[in-house]
Amino acid sequence: MKVLQRFYLAEVLSGLGLTAAHFFRNLGRHIAHALGRVDARGAVTIQYPEERRPYAPRLRSLHRLVRREDGSPRCVACMMCETVCPARCIYIVADEHPNPEIEKVPARFDIDLGKCVFCGYCVEACPEDAIRMDTGILEFSSYSRDGMIYTKEVLLALEPAGPGGRPTSPVPISADRRP
Amino acid sequence: MIGDLSIAFGRVAFVMLFVLNLGGLLTWVERKQSAIMQDRIGANRASILGFRLLGLFHPLADAIKMLTKEDFRPARADRFLFGLAPFVSVFCALVAFASIPFGDVLRVAGREIPLQAVTLNVGILYVFAMLSLGVYGVMMAGWSSANNFALLGGQRAAALMISAEVAIGASIMGIVMIGGSLNMQDIVRVQGHLFWGWLPAWGIVTQPLAFILFLTAGIAATKRIPFDTPEGESEIIGYFIEYSGMKFGMFAMADFLETVVIAGMTTSLFLGGWQVPYLVAEGFRFPWGGAVALPHLLVVLLQVGAFVSKVCATIFFMMLVRWTLPRFRYDQAMRLGWLGLFPLSVLNIVLTGIGLLLWGGPA
Repeated sequence: MKVLQRFYLAEVLSGLGLTAAHFFRNLGRHIAHALGRVDARGAVTIQYPEERRPYAPRLRSLHRLVRREDGSPRCVACMMCETVCPARCIYIVADEHPNPEIEKVPARFDIDLGKCVFCGYCVEACPEDAIRMDTGILEFSSYSRDGMIYTKEVLLALEPAGPGGRPTSPVPISADRRP
Repeated sequence: MIGDLSIAFGRVAFVMLFVLNLGGLLTWVERKQSAIMQDRIGANRASILGFRLLGLFHPLADAIKMLTKEDFRPARADRFLFGLAPFVSVFCALVAFASIPFGDVLRVAGREIPLQAVTLNVGILYVFAMLSLGVYGVMMAGWSSANNFALLGGQRAAALMISAEVAIGASIMGIVMIGGSLNMQDIVRVQGHLFWGWLPAWGIVTQPLAFILFLTAGIAATKRIPFDTPEGESEIIGYFIEYSGMKFGMFAMADFLETVVIAGMTTSLFLGGWQVPYLVAEGFRFPWGGAVALPHLLVVLLQVGAFVSKVCATIFFMMLVRWTLPRFRYDQAMRLGWLGLFPLSVLNIVLTGIGLLLWGGPA
């Protein structure tokens, strides 16, 4: 075996046989796929923008603020999330709630997603279940740092993800990214 | 007069378009073939009016990209040689195919047209010389870039080229001895003989050792993996490190054109060129007694088709090698060339000589 290996040729030929077999097997699968056999896949590629891998239900994606029935935020501006946030990306300004049974309401609730580390502590810390990370939205971006700051109004408008983690609300695009 | 001129022009144009188009297509073949081998899909995004056509528009898109990119020249580069180098590379690779026959004689309206761009008595030496000249472009590029890595790449290319060319030259000697001619058309004709009435006397049958040696050295001459020490993507970027835009594209194209030329040479010398087994000038004549008469034009078409498909199969094999084997280290490539391929090809010459003495020539 040692002598045979020194001549490369046998080893090279076995390697070529392996890759050629792989080539023709995959080629056959591609052709079968093109002819209508959908389960025959010659490649493991998922063609991303058109084709998506389902997200895990536990995935932490873009935050949203949960609404009450009247549409106002469920958040009571207790500052728990702002306090627990390791990245210090949440900024809350509290205000009086018109309803005397509810203590406070956030006048401002900004999340700087350029700083956020998606640890999910804010969701865990919230006593009112007012913030969740279940929108399924991952593709948000901006040309500026300011564009990464998402305000209360934006976060309130988001809906939870559908089956397979598909986002149901459109990706909030910051003003500086509009063409 | 006009007829002769147009025939000569047509022969040259056919070879030129064949080599150029195949070379351009090879960028697509390379990407797709490697993708399919590696469970991927490969380039498929370029589209015209929504038609993607399996990514066949990518070579076009690449060409447009390269033509519109900035043509950058380093401040201390040698202006003249820096510009000349890619042209030398492409030119030598392009003209090398000229004396490779792509078919037998075509008889039309009383004329006999040899299907070969240029009929040369020293055809093999010509192809060979042009392939070797190609390294001048590489060396010029390496030297004129005023970049140490480019210079290293150029030197490596020169060293690799010499070791490969010696092995190529020595390994085809056996074929030349059997064919008794340096004219590639004659060599292909000799391969039309049959041993024992059924085995075609292709070079791969008469010279199996030379076939392996030639193909190895030929892949080395194209400067592609596993012999891409002049480029060495992961260590020195190579002789074209300072090139951008279409000049870089021309170096890449020269590599593909050389692949086509080596495949054409392999086909002509070892795979019977345009020969179709059992096809003679009048039609098929099978060893088991059957015969099918065919018109002359169809025979010629079959022969040209056989040549093209053999070239394509050889290119497929070379691509397979390129996407299977890792790169030889520089010293390993040198050792393989000088201590492996060269002595074995000399041995092959001796063996061929003894064989010819014992059994006489095939003709």
